[in-house]
Amino acid sequence: MLKNFKHERLETNAGLLLVATMLSISVGGLVEIAPLFLIDDTMEKVDGVRPYTPLESRGRDIYIREGCYTCHSQMIRPFRDEALRYGHYSLAAESKYDHPFQWGSKRTGPDLARVGGKYSNEWQVQHLIQPKSVVPESVMPNYPWLMSPLDYADVGDRLRALRTTGVPYSLSQAEYDANVKQFGAEVAKTLHIPDAQKNLVAQAQEGNYDGDRAIVTEMDGLVAYLQVLGTMVDFSKYKPEDLVKYR
Amino acid sequence: MADSAQNQGVQTTGHVWDETLQEWNNPLPVWWTYSFYATIVFALVYWTFYPSWPFGKSFLPGMAQITYTNAQGQEESWHWNTRAKLLKETQEANAQQMPYYAKLMQTPFEQIGKDPELSSFVVSAGKVAFSDNCAACHQAGGAGKVGLFPNLADDDWIYGGSHEKIQETLVKGRRGYMPPFAEALDAAQIDALANYVLSLSGGQADAAKVATGKELFHSQTAACYYCHGDNAKGRQDVGAANLTDKVWLWADVPGAADAEGKLAAVKKVISGGMAKGVMPAWEGRLSPEQIKLLTVYVHELGGGK
Ligand code: HEC
Ligand code: HEC
Ligand code: HEC
Repeated sequence: MLKNFKHERLETNAGLLLVATMLSISVGGLVEIAPLFLIDDTMEKVDGVRPYTPLESRGRDIYIREGCYTCHSQMIRPFRDEALRYGHYSLAAESKYDHPFQWGSKRTGPDLARVGGKYSNEWQVQHLIQPKSVVPESVMPNYPWLMSPLDYADVGDRLRALRTTGVPYSLSQAEYDANVKQFGAEVAKTLHIPDAQKNLVAQAQEGNYDGDRAIVTEMDGLVAYLQVLGTMVDFSKYKPEDLVKYR
Repeated sequence: MADSAQNQGVQTTGHVWDETLQEWNNPLPVWWTYSFYATIVFALVYWTFYPSWPFGKSFLPGMAQITYTNAQGQEESWHWNTRAKLLKETQEANAQQMPYYAKLMQTPFEQIGKDPELSSFVVSAGKVAFSDNCAACHQAGGAGKVGLFPNLADDDWIYGGSHEKIQETLVKGRRGYMPPFAEALDAAQIDALANYVLSLSGGQADAAKVATGKELFHSQTAACYYCHGDNAKGRQDVGAANLTDKVWLWADVPGAADAEGKLAAVKKVISGGMAKGVMPAWEGRLSPEQIKLLTVYVHELGGGK
């Protein structure tokens, strides 16, 4: 049969061509995507990775709204020059609660995967309002409007939406208890959807990210998010060769 | 076109448009076909060496190996992957820089400047580390920024310019705090204090207000002396500024156009206090070697003391 097969048959039959194209593309897709779900070691077994708090999560929404990802990636690749500049390479586990992930491959600005704790809140605020005031050669745009109040009325719904994608925000007591077991009581509290608004305001006031306790601004959310990036895993607990063996 | 097709006897698909327009049906060039087969052979070879086909819960790791040193100091091999490659490259590079860093760690601070090789290493490696980690705040060359980040290139130190103090600053971070006085003091008192503070560094001030301010400064009401010291030269243990020099960090006195503006700048600090001076802690983020490197580098920047 193969002997008689001429690709002219494919080229002159739109239906057949469509089926064959889909077949060959899906082989590529299956081979590249399916194993990530099947292979045991894709997700490194490390402690500390938790879903974002309500405030951080809103900050992340703003990060996406403002298109920060068009200039910034959040994935440190396992290369020496990146390790020297940005720190430990990113683990798959570190973005397991990111929907959508912010890996990216376009870097006009630096990678932000480990920017948490690198600068003070004051620097972040100053830099976001006017990057050139602290980094004279910067081409990053000004974001002065971030000092406006944060709309957090729907934060519960947003967490609920993330929950449907598998992020363990809790609704019931049983889910809450499971979170206490997995993340500890302190973190579990921040993941409870019914308390989302209360927790958001509390974190903004406690953290005072934008230097103004009176109102919760978008800046509070965004800086809270930036300050947690890449800080969840304590790499001193893991031997480098153990992480090598996950690949 | 039709003519040349006929001339060369090329196959056509038999389609003809506009009387003469035909569709050719040439076979692929030979070089193309063989290149295609070559990519298939390349893939086969590649699969035998590098991680490739998935199956079940695992994948074909390939025969290529990378050997690195594990935490126990033993050599260990693992199939080729970018993480293993990075580990190996890092270990090799560290081994190369090792003599420098080992020497840096062994040499006491005062001796480093006397060793030309070591000091030139500090300058070149320190400059890179400073640009990557510190310049976003302290600016290029450590010039600082009034109202935000202190100048590290002058010989005025808030927390002390000795090697030990600079190292302590880097390891633990700093967070200077001055309470706001807007509620404890009234407008006239703050005005008097600001006049006094300006007079300390030879600034223009109203003599009567200076006298009142001086008294307040040393009184229990304002208790400025408690942090800034009896002589107003500051206290490095709490990071309270020396008010008698012309170096300003929080009150933008140099940037003010006139006497009025200078007074306003100082008043703003006194009434609002100061809580935004946060120097991050670098322990854990930078290695002890990098911290020592930067300590020496910063010390040299400012002609530290
Ligand atoms: C036009 C491209 C562009 C966009 C859009 C952009 N940035 Fe940047 N960003 C840069 C560049 C270039 C730098 C490096 C210079 C600097 O520090 O300003 C930078 C630096 C940064 C840094 C400091 C990183 C470091 O390690 O020094 C942070 C944090 C940051 N950006 C956050 C953001 C956030 C948050 C947004 C969205 C609100 C954003 N950026 C949008 C280009 C961009
Ligand atoms: C997020 C901004 C920021 C970054 C990044 C930063 N610093 Fe600082 N640094 C500050 C601030 C603000 C102060 C003043 C703190 C205070 O007065 O309480 C300071 C103070 C200092 C001091 C004490 C100065 C004195 O007069 O006693 C030294 C030394 C110093 N920094 C060195 C460094 C070095 C070296 C780095 C890089 C590893 C660095 N800083 C990174 C913000 C920063
Ligand atoms: C709790 C300790 C504390 C007290 C009390 C205090 N200060 Fe301060 N003051 C500080 C610190 C810390 C700084 C910031 C030093 C730095 O980081 O440069 C500062 C900074 C200042 C500055 C700005 C200096 C500059 O370089 O711009 C002025 C002016 C000042 N203080 C005046 C006063 C006066 C006047 C009083 C009394 C009403 C007072 N301070 C009481 C701790 C204190």
